[in-house]
Amino acid sequence: MLTTKNLECIRGEHRLFSNISFSVNPGELMFVGGPNGSGKTSLLRLLCGLSLPDSGEICWNGTDIRELCGDYRNVMTYLGHLGGIKDDLTAIENLRISSALAGCGIDEDQAADALGQMGLAGREMLPAKVLSQGQRRRVALARLLVTQTKLWILDEPLTALDIAAVDLIKGILEHNLSTGGMVIMTTHQEIAMTAATVHHLTLS
Amino acid sequence: MIWWIIKRDLLLAMRRRSDMLTTLFFFIIVVSLFPLGVGPEANMLRMMASGVVWVAALLASMLSLGRMFSSDYADGTLEQMLLSPVSLSALVMGKTISHWLVTGIPLVLMAPILGIQYDLSVEALVVLTLSLLLGTPVLSLIGAIGAALTLGLRGGGVLVSILVLPLYIPVLIFGTGAVEASTAGMGFGAHFSILGAVLLVSIVFSPWATAASLRISMG
Amino acid sequence: MTINWFKYASPASFYFLAGRMIPYFSVATIIFLIAGLYIAFFSAPTDFQQGEAYRIIFIHVPAAWMSMFLYVIMAFWAGVGLAFNTRLSSMVASAIAPTGAMFAFLALWTGAWWGKPMWGTWWVWDARLTSELILFFLYIGFMSLQAAIDDPRRADKAGAVIALVGVVNVPIIYFSVQWWNTLHQGASVSLVQSPKMATAMLSGMLIMSLAAWMYAIVMVLIRSRLIILERERHTAWVSELKEGVLE
Repeated sequence: MLTTKNLECIRGEHRLFSNISFSVNPGELMFVGGPNGSGKTSLLRLLCGLSLPDSGEICWNGTDIRELCGDYRNVMTYLGHLGGIKDDLTAIENLRISSALAGCGIDEDQAADALGQMGLAGREMLPAKVLSQGQRRRVALARLLVTQTKLWILDEPLTALDIAAVDLIKGILEHNLSTGGMVIMTTHQEIAMTAATVHHLTLS
Repeated sequence: MIWWIIKRDLLLAMRRRSDMLTTLFFFIIVVSLFPLGVGPEANMLRMMASGVVWVAALLASMLSLGRMFSSDYADGTLEQMLLSPVSLSALVMGKTISHWLVTGIPLVLMAPILGIQYDLSVEALVVLTLSLLLGTPVLSLIGAIGAALTLGLRGGGVLVSILVLPLYIPVLIFGTGAVEASTAGMGFGAHFSILGAVLLVSIVFSPWATAASLRISMG
Repeated sequence: MTINWFKYASPASFYFLAGRMIPYFSVATIIFLIAGLYIAFFSAPTDFQQGEAYRIIFIHVPAAWMSMFLYVIMAFWAGVGLAFNTRLSSMVASAIAPTGAMFAFLALWTGAWWGKPMWGTWWVWDARLTSELILFFLYIGFMSLQAAIDDPRRADKAGAVIALVGVVNVPIIYFSVQWWNTLHQGASVSLVQSPKMATAMLSGMLIMSLAAWMYAIVMVLIRSRLIILERERHTAWVSELKEGVLE
């Protein structure tokens, strides 16, 4: 369970948000909404521990994530809007390296299988620079198929995806939620989730 | 895990050989310009050789520092590294080793050939090459701290040189000192011991300081 | 009575405390400076080897000392700021840097002025002069790094890392420059003072050092106050200050 208490984030001169408190329980999804510049990405970066809140605390199962360090990183997957895809590496290399970085190494077949499920069959060996934006995003999201973590923090995962891919992601998210996972995501195109508790957090 | 990072960075370097070659050619051109500037007198060149080669190596290694983290920063891989359950210091160590393999080793290999331009004796050539072999890893290690601190800043390239070059001075002094000592017929063992000690100290502290700097720059 | 020292760790109370202390230290600076200069110019005897030109050491030596002390103090406060996340110590560290750089520059400048009549050249690759030059570069590096970063929190922490790396390196650099200098002995003249200094010379130098200390404290306090005001300009106490409610 992820809980936050009175989170505040100040960037330069102005306060992006303050007094953000919520909790996300197993099987729950939270959409973070709000206009551009309202601090959605900053909030997600706080939640995954990339930056520190100006005040307030973030706890995982009751313990501050700063104390958990590596233990927290073992149960959490963050996908930023940048994706971490290297132009010069093939789709399969990208997926294998990012999975290894996240602490769960996979072999060639598992990677090919995950990419196939993401609709990239036949393109596994192409360098990422010849892939389209949507295809690159699919490579990044293929991580979700191989990861063992429960808590997913996703920054605009649906950008550049077509309808088929959005459906695919919806399925993956629902599978994670139904097995006790948690998802926190920002998006401009909300997807209707069935059979899951959905929270909304709107930053102004 | 370090192995993964080294393998990946070497793979990337192989797919972008031009980056590696630019650094090497910069080194070659700088060293070759000096005789044109100061004249071809063999005695003077022999005296200058170690200093010129070393300063050129300093500059070449510094020029390549900008690339050390910037592409990982730009495409979001650096975020993933910070969030990896593997210790960031270990990842940084891996990146530093591959930086050295890609930029340091070519300089070490090229040095004896450039030394011939300066009419160095065989012994001096060997000492010069060995001093670079011991000293260039330190350049990558110390440079990594500067690269991490200036990540994403405007004018980061110039800034990193102001931060890092003064810290390179001991390596420069003992690297060139070894060659001079050997030309003068004195022992160069002490110079190598000190270079080795500096290398060990950098191996212990630099990855840790670099990791801290990366967290600061990304926070 | 116990004094709550942590009270002064808040930028607001430090602002007022510094404001009250500045006049005292300014007076002390002036007194020490007048006394020191009087000794330097009138009561210290003329050096029989170096003539009148040696009198520049009354500025040169204190400036060189200060530049070294201030670097260590700066790194200390920057390190405290990094370790304990205390904003004030980082602000003080940033306030120290320009004064330290100024003293390093002054030491180099007066060194050159002294060198010209003594050695007949403006610059000698003497170990101490070279180390001082490198120290000046380290100050410049610290200040340029902080200036290039817009986010003050990142600037504080990044500056702390480079200051601490510098402090670890200073002894190594100093040692290597010494070594290098002995290797190239022919090219330089040793700066080491040979005979004993006259008491008046020594006391003059010490009093000038005190003046330099006091001056450094005044400058750091003034600059800290400015940095505090700039960083805290959106807080309630600064707006009250502007409206003249406080002080």
